[in-house]
Formats: sequence, C-alpha cells, structure tokens
Amino acid sequence: MNYLMRRLAAFPLVLLGVSILVFVAIRMVPGDSITAMLGTEAGLLTPAQRDSLAAYFGIDQPWFVQYWRWISGILHGNLGISVTYGRPVLDVILERFPLTLELAVLSMIIALIVGLPAGIFAATHNEKPSDLGVRVVAMIGQSTPSFVLGLLIIYTLSAGFGVLPAMGEFAPLWQDPLRNLGQLILPAITLGFAFAASVTRISRSAMLDVLSDDYVRTARSKGAPARSVIWRHALPNALIPVVTLSGIEFGYLLGGAVIVEQIYALPGLGRMVLDAILQRDYALVQGSVLFIALNFMIVNLLVDLAYVALDPRIRLGEQ
Amino acid sequence: MIPLLSVRDLRVGFGRNPQANEVVRGVSFDLADGETLAIVGESGSGKSVTALSINRLIDFSGGRITGGAMKLKRADGGIFDLMTATEPQLTGIRGAEIGMIFQEPMTSLNPVLTIGTQIEESFRLHRGLTGRQATAAAKDALDRVRIPDAARRLKYTPNQLSGGMLQRVMIAIALACNPRLLIADEPTTALDVTVQAQIMALLAELKRETGMSMIFITHDIGLVAGIADKVMVMQSGKAVEQGELNQILDNARHPYTQHLLQDVPHFANGRATRVDGQRDKGAGTEPALKVDGLVVRFPLKSSFFSRATGAVHAVDGVDFDLMPGETLAIVGESGSGKSTTARAVLGLVRSTRGSFTVGARKASAAQSALPVQMVFQNPYASLNPRLTIESILAEPVIATGGRVDAGTRARMASLLERVGLPRNSLERYPHEFSGGQRQRLCIARALMLNPSVVVLDEAVSALDVSVQAKVLELLVDLQREFGLAYLFISHDMAVVERIAHRIAVIYAGQIVEIGDATSVLSKPKHSYTKKLIAAVPTIDRRHEHFELDTRQVPSLVRPQGFEPAAARWVQFGRDHMARTEA
Repeated sequence: MNYLMRRLAAFPLVLLGVSILVFVAIRMVPGDSITAMLGTEAGLLTPAQRDSLAAYFGIDQPWFVQYWRWISGILHGNLGISVTYGRPVLDVILERFPLTLELAVLSMIIALIVGLPAGIFAATHNEKPSDLGVRVVAMIGQSTPSFVLGLLIIYTLSAGFGVLPAMGEFAPLWQDPLRNLGQLILPAITLGFAFAASVTRISRSAMLDVLSDDYVRTARSKGAPARSVIWRHALPNALIPVVTLSGIEFGYLLGGAVIVEQIYALPGLGRMVLDAILQRDYALVQGSVLFIALNFMIVNLLVDLAYVALDPRIRLGEQ
Repeated sequence: MIPLLSVRDLRVGFGRNPQANEVVRGVSFDLADGETLAIVGESGSGKSVTALSINRLIDFSGGRITGGAMKLKRADGGIFDLMTATEPQLTGIRGAEIGMIFQEPMTSLNPVLTIGTQIEESFRLHRGLTGRQATAAAKDALDRVRIPDAARRLKYTPNQLSGGMLQRVMIAIALACNPRLLIADEPTTALDVTVQAQIMALLAELKRETGMSMIFITHDIGLVAGIADKVMVMQSGKAVEQGELNQILDNARHPYTQHLLQDVPHFANGRATRVDGQRDKGAGTEPALKVDGLVVRFPLKSSFFSRATGAVHAVDGVDFDLMPGETLAIVGESGSGKSTTARAVLGLVRSTRGSFTVGARKASAAQSALPVQMVFQNPYASLNPRLTIESILAEPVIATGGRVDAGTRARMASLLERVGLPRNSLERYPHEFSGGQRQRLCIARALMLNPSVVVLDEAVSALDVSVQAKVLELLVDLQREFGLAYLFISHDMAVVERIAHRIAVIYAGQIVEIGDATSVLSKPKHSYTKKLIAAVPTIDRRHEHFELDTRQVPSLVRPQGFEPAAARWVQFGRDHMARTEA
C-alpha cells in the first residue's frame, strides 16, 4: 500500500516533465495555429485581425505565461479548448479514447491467445520443423508493416469473399456491441498479428530457458506429466518477460495506432493527435500527450504489480 | 533373487550422433532391495548421466540411451522395462517408485510455488489426494524430514528457506510416495559440511525406516564410507571398479580408485598437516599481514529513504596476523563472514572499523590492495572470456600504473612455466583451458605483482578432487619459493588440513578458535569447532550413525548500535586458543 502511494506520488512529477517537453516541442514546429486553421486565407488577415485572433487563443502571450495558464488550468481540471473542435480538450479525448482502449485490449487478447500457445509450442518442439514453422511466421509477423497487412486483409476479404469491413459511423461497444465488434475485429487482428509475433518469440525463448531449469527436472522426477510440467511449473516462471513486453506494447497501443486507424477509417486517438499536430492545435496536442503519458504510467504500474503476483521473490519497494 | 534394479551395458550419448558421442559407455550393476550403491567419480565421468538414465530424465537433457538394458522390479513383483517404457508409463514410475534428489536445492524447487503445493503435487499425482487430505499429507511429509513448524512452513516459497531446509523439502518430495528406490545425485555437494552431516543423517534414518534402496552419487569418496553398501567407481563413462564398500576402500584394485583414495585430500583429524614452515618461537620477523579488530557491517534499511534500523554484523571483531611463508586458513560455513573478511582485507568491501598492517607499514584498506592479491573460487567466471591470457596477465601491471615491457613479458613467461602451463598460452583465450588450468592462470595473475600476501577464497573448491590435489601442491611449492603468505578461505576441512599452518575457525562473524593446524584439528576446544570437525566425513568411519542436529545458525542481524561483548580467550597450547562460550 505504502509502495502504491509512493508510486502514485511520482506521477505528477513525471507529468510535469512531460508537459514541459511537449509544450516546448510543439512550439518548435514552424507555423502557428491561425495559419494552420485558415490556410492560404491567413494571408488575407490584417495585422489587427491577426492580433485579436492571437489574443483570443492566448498565443500572444510570452511562452511562460502560456505555460502557466495551461498548467493552472490543468490543476482545475481544465485542459483548455481545442481550436479545431471548438470544444474542451478533455471531452474530445474522452470521446476518442474508448475506441483506442477497446482496440488495444482486443489486440492484446488476440496476441496472448495466439502468441503464448505458439511460443510454448515452439519451445517444446525446439529445433523441430514445427518450431521452425512457428518462428518463420513470427518473423514475418514482426517484420510486416501494419499497413501492408491491413490492406492485404481488406483486399482479400473484398476481392476473395466480397465482404467489406464494417465502415461508416463508429458504434460504441455499449450501443451496438455486434456492429462495434464487426468494426474493430479486423483492425484488432491487424495490430494483434505483429503483437502476437513478438509475444510468440519472447515466450518461446523464455520457455526454452525455463524448461532447462532444475525445478522443471524436479517436477519431471516427481512424475508430473508433460502438460503439468509446461503449464504449472514452467509457464509461471516464463511469464515475466511476456508481461513486460505486453505492458510496453499495450502502452503504445493506448497512444493510438495512426496507420491502422487510417486504413480502417476509425476515429481513434492516433489520428486525432496527428490531426492536432498538423493543425497546430496546441491545447489538444498537449492535453492528449499528457493523457497518453498518464496511461503509460498506469500500465507500467500494473505491470510491476503483475510481477509481484507472478513471482514471490519480487517484493515491492525494496531496493 | 531378482534385484530391485538391474542395469546391463548401459550406453548413453549426446548430440546429433549419440552413438559417436557416448558419455556412458557400458555400465552394468545390480541393486538389491534395501541396498545403497554409491557411484563415485569426477565431473565428466558419466555418474550423473547414469543416474538420470535410470528414470529416463536424460531424455529431457539432450541425452539418448543408445544401448543396454534396465529392468526395475515393481512393488507388485512385476518387471518393468525402463528402456522401452513410454513416457506416460514412466510418469507413473517417477516419484512413485523412483524418487530423486539433486545437487542444488536452491534451484531445484519451483520459485513461484509454495513448498506445500510442491509436496502436495506428489500426493495428487500418485495417490490421488486433493484438498485438505493432500495438505495433511504434505505436512506429515515435512514432519518426516524433521522440519519444525511444518504447518506454517507449507505456505513458504523456496526463497524463504535455507539450502539445508530446501534439501530436506526435496527429500520430502522425493520420498512422499515411499518410492523403493531413491536416486541422490550429489545431494550435499552444495551444502555446508555440518548441513551435509544433517542431510546424511536424515537419509540414513529414512532409509532405515522405509527399507528403500538408494543410489548415492558423489565425487567425495569420504562421504561414501558412511552410507554405502556397495561402491562403483566411474571414470570416462566406464565403471572401472565395483564391489563391497570395505573391499573398495581397503583393497582397491584399479589404479584410478587407488588414486582417488590416496592422492586426493581426505580429512585425517590433524594427522596430515604440514610440517614445514612452522612459526618461530622468537617473534623476530614482521608479520606480512596483521588485522586488528576488523568489523564489517551492512546497514539494514526498510526503504531507500528511511534510516537504518539495524545492521548485518558480517564480521564482528576479527584479529589475526600472518607471517611471511605461512598459511592461515579461515574455515567456517557459508554466511559465517569468512569471505567478507578476505574481501575487507583487499578493500573490496569497506570495513566499518579495524586496521590492517601490511608488511612493516600501516596501510589503509585501499592501499593494501597492492601487496595483497586474490584468487577467487570460480575459475570459469573470474577470467574475462574476451581477453587473451597475455592481456589477463598484463592487467594487474596496467592497473597499478605499470608498463607492459620486456621485463613484464619475461615475468609472464616464467610465471606460466612456473604454474605448469605451456609457453604458447599467452595468445590463447580462457575457454581453451580446463578448470584446473584456469585456476593456475588465476594464480599466475595474482603473482604478477610479486605480492607478499595472497588471499585464496575457496580457490580449489570448484575443482575436481584430483585436480584439487595438484593445485594445492603447486600452491605449497610457490609459497616456499616466493615466501608467500596465504590467507586461505575454505569450508573444506580436508583441503585446509593439507595447506594450513594455522587455522582460524570463524562462526557468526567472530573467530571462535585459532591456533596451529594440528592442535585445532586434533584437539578442538570450542564446541562449534568440535561440531564442524565431527561433521567431516572420513574413509575411516564406516556405516556411521550420523547424529541428527537441527540447531540453526544464529541471525547476524543486530539492532542499531549493538556491540558484541568483548571476547575472552582461553589459551590451550603455545599457539592455540579458543573463545570462552556463554
């Protein structure tokens, strides 16, 4: 508990660091939000009009005043107003987030359901043709860019079976679960494939290590059948690297998957952030980066807690 | 009568072409009900592979049985063919009829499962017990191996128990279903000598209780005398000699058996100590190393930010001196502080208090690193695999600001020759050398700077017994030649007896007895020294009834500011004293 409190206490510090980084970084990109918003028409503005617009958005102030306003706003739960959407940043993010979260969870489920057994299978058939087969597929999965895979899936389905992935307005899970799954399953497979490939490779190598450990030999000397040796004795010991990898990948996915969102026309976090950067929507970029950083930290914390649950030798809060 | 286990012409190979890579090359033996067979051999002799072949665990270690026959008489009298049995048939035999314990108790238990779960598993697999019945059976099994407070210990995970405790848990697991054959593969090699005695006692007692047969694998022929009925000596995959215990120990025919019995250090209660280089009566010479009131403490903190709540008193007031040309052996069990003492002398750990005098001048711990050099336990890990021998030998010279010139090279060549390595070794890499050769390299490296004191931290413990004898010989020769003072850290009394002039027995961070080797080993005075010496197996004591002793080593963790009571000593001889006991 003490440990949890200390970890949570570190969150604001990290977020402060991230906020400075993103605040500076976005302002180092040439161009401003007024030009980005109005495009060529920005040239038509009189200096007075431009100044009043800048004053309206608050970008006429020196950077430290802007930063202070932003930070004090955050402390009051106000992430600012998005220039492009004309709505509070938090609302925009929270509207997009469920899709991204759902996509990330689905991909991870696919990755674990496919990758873990595949890795275990390969490890227990080490250096046999079946192991080689799994490794080749995993290698392909890791090295195929998601847009290639995504386009291939769409092409095969539409050209081969005349089925099109469900497009159109995105249906949230709680409104129309079936339609929602129909919309998300293909993107999840696209993302999950590479994810599963990584899980396969890491669980294979972890299992190989563990299977030659002494306690596995002990389990066999007790007369434990192969099934029990693998699932009961070896797997729990091999899970730590798998959890580490899954945590990192899951954290990345929570930041949105721009390319897959683009291919399947999904309104996720990734595309929103990309658009916000292109539009110089400072408030939205800053807000979403903070949001993504927070997610990452939560995932990391969960990963650390998972270690403790998996391995009694790992104790929280000790050096 | 049909033997319990009959092995004929067993052959086991490894790799893609097992026939060409045989590690066990035609081993045959019979084992009767209730009999103990000891298989003795050095590493690479094939003794462990033979053991793993019996319950066919070798299938999972990359080995293939390439020929022979193995028959096991089952409990119901039927004959089970271990060679042709399928894997599901074998899982019914393993644990139920053949139990097995291994060398490393620390790694042989699953770290993520409680020991209760791991013991219960045997009952679930072979007796079909579940739930409360299984737990009760597991508790009985722990009681049986004399683990106190068994019900609570069931919930422990292996990291919460000591090595000796874990080996008992392993025995509990192996014997859970009363197998009629127990294979013990070097079960005490990784343990301290007093813990070894406890495990041996336990095995002997359980064997009497159950009447099981046992195959006991060891490299230590001294250990064999206490437990075996029959002995089989293995060398290079072959059984070079086998027979009754007394016949092998008293009338060995094969030269290798004779070599194991005669050339290898065996403990002889102080009758085999060195006679050269005894201390002079007149204290004319300056000691090469003098240690006064050495204290090493490691503060204990509950978290990084909080203040120390106590300290581990690893070394708590150690004094000794060491004359040129003399060997002082520091003996004790793991955790007693003997290695910490050595490291403190070298400045590898910071001493909390105390002073060192090296040669005539007073030096701080850091300065003393120059005339004091060290040889470590594991020659496989203490040589950088990416450096040539030349670079390895040059390292101490470079580290002390010297230049590698013709003189340095000449010294390298002469030292290599001196430690018995070929001249062309300089361009080679550590992996091209055997364990014994590597330890010779480590010795040469330690001598590069012409030190006055060499600290040997378990320097021969990782070596095979016959290699051990040769390295000890080399050390003695070098000591005479260069007048070196050795600080010899070891847990092995037989080795200590061969090399030490004086012995300091260390227990819980304090020297409890110190004196000339003969007196300490033949007339120990402190109760701990007595216990330590009684625990050492010897060839002389046969079929010994090991006493079961379950006392625990006291904790070294003390509250903040704790100071031990001043030591009071009793003098027994000219150079022999022991701490008075509370």
